[in-house]
Amino acid sequence: MSSIMAAKVRQRRIAQLIARGKRLDGRESTEYREIQIEFGLIERAEGSARVRLGKTEVLVGTKIELGEPFPDVPNEGVLTVNAELVPLASPTFEAGPPDENSIELARVVDRGIRESKAIALEDLCVEPGKKVFIVFVDVYVLNHDGNLIDASALAALAALTNTKMFNYEVKEDEIKIKPGYKPLPIRNFPIAVTFAKINDKLIVDPWLDEEQVMDARLTMAVENDGKICAIQKGGYGYFTAQQIFEASKIAQQKAVELRKLVVKD
Amino acid sequence: MSQKKPEKLIDENDIRLDGRKLNEMRPVKIEVGILGNADGSAYIEQGKNKILAAVYGPREIHPKHQALPDRAALRCRYHMAPFSVQERKSPAPSRRELELSKVVREALEPSIFTEYYPRTAIDLFIEVLQADGGTRCAGLTVASLALADAGIPMRDLVGACAAGKVEGRLVLDLTDTEDKAGEADMPLAYMPNSNAVTLLQMDGMLTCEEFEQVVNMALEGCKQINQLQKEALKAKYVGVKEAEGKKEEEGEEAAE
Repeated sequence: MSSIMAAKVRQRRIAQLIARGKRLDGRESTEYREIQIEFGLIERAEGSARVRLGKTEVLVGTKIELGEPFPDVPNEGVLTVNAELVPLASPTFEAGPPDENSIELARVVDRGIRESKAIALEDLCVEPGKKVFIVFVDVYVLNHDGNLIDASALAALAALTNTKMFNYEVKEDEIKIKPGYKPLPIRNFPIAVTFAKINDKLIVDPWLDEEQVMDARLTMAVENDGKICAIQKGGYGYFTAQQIFEASKIAQQKAVELRKLVVKD
Repeated sequence: MSQKKPEKLIDENDIRLDGRKLNEMRPVKIEVGILGNADGSAYIEQGKNKILAAVYGPREIHPKHQALPDRAALRCRYHMAPFSVQERKSPAPSRRELELSKVVREALEPSIFTEYYPRTAIDLFIEVLQADGGTRCAGLTVASLALADAGIPMRDLVGACAAGKVEGRLVLDLTDTEDKAGEADMPLAYMPNSNAVTLLQMDGMLTCEEFEQVVNMALEGCKQINQLQKEALKAKYVGVKEAEGKKEEEGEEAAE
């Protein structure tokens, strides 16, 4: 790790450059870092994907199990998103129960998938009110270099598109798993786009050093038809209404761009 | 116990289940300074929501490693009472409550001059006694008043209000039923003097145009809330001032 002084100097430089519309790593204000996605690296998982967003690295694995539905939606499968900020990913992560950062990360990723109705949960019902499939999405952060939300949301979506469902049949109230698989029914592809506000300017995809100088953070998830399906503001600063509207327009363009990396047509 | 879901939430005259118009807020009642021990406190009723907020501090911080060298640490706990909802809620903090504690803290911090009290803690407790949708907003509104009541220097009051989409129509201040059955819910917190949005969340689906309309509707709601906040503060402190004035007069008379 570089010294604290060096970090402070670099942070000041970042803030000064952004005031002039530039970024330390040479990116445009609405430009993402290089993104690489690998599908299906974990054979034991029903689905998996690894996203590299610059030096940020996130692995997502999905598991499907039989379980009980929620009483208010007896005919639907269950989606559960969890995020682990694994200690090997950053000197600032500690082992232990999930802290508010990992809970927020999981809940924002969850909101995008849930509100866009990305998974056809009603197709995951085996026996109404009794047995449904539960889709576990586990986000595993492997290297933290900023913008964990976008990397995690993208990896979660990629892993879901890659997820296999069991074949099964119900015989005399018994559920029998049959050989073979079919893909998990996915019908929407929500993309999270995160902004940082630094020196009253908006940039997308902040890396770690930019996150350390940002006043506030804003995430917008955009679904297939360009509708906004989830929003989360974070950080101690604020946004004006104009900045929020500006962000919503940029998010729509960026979502189209990022979606092409997951959905090959 | 479960409540029967009504068929229509908005009738043909654009009147909602509880008799409100689309852009009408629920009746709000606020009281400031109602707890004995807290440095600052406030209570709000917004529709069926009943929420208490209390502030302790600035005070010595424990554990000490949480101390910040350049400012006070604002610590916030949003918590729902087990009896506040239809099905009993476990008193242990849920993931939802932990997330809301974080976003509420981040929404209030821009309003406070935390740099005046380095190495101290400002502890804020929000207890939802009864919930009916929009508790994070009402909780924020009342928390900002508790901070003011504690005499903590602030840039502005933070008022919060949600807007969203129900049965295709854009509405202000959703109830729990409207939130659950509706298409979108967007809580928003606002500092009017600095034109600053300090909390923004949304779940549901909105087109870009709807999104702008909902933001503007929520901002209008926040401005109304802000008026009510100011009135509530005045109601307490003008009363205090008058009582003090009377005491002084009596004192002078006694001296004569």
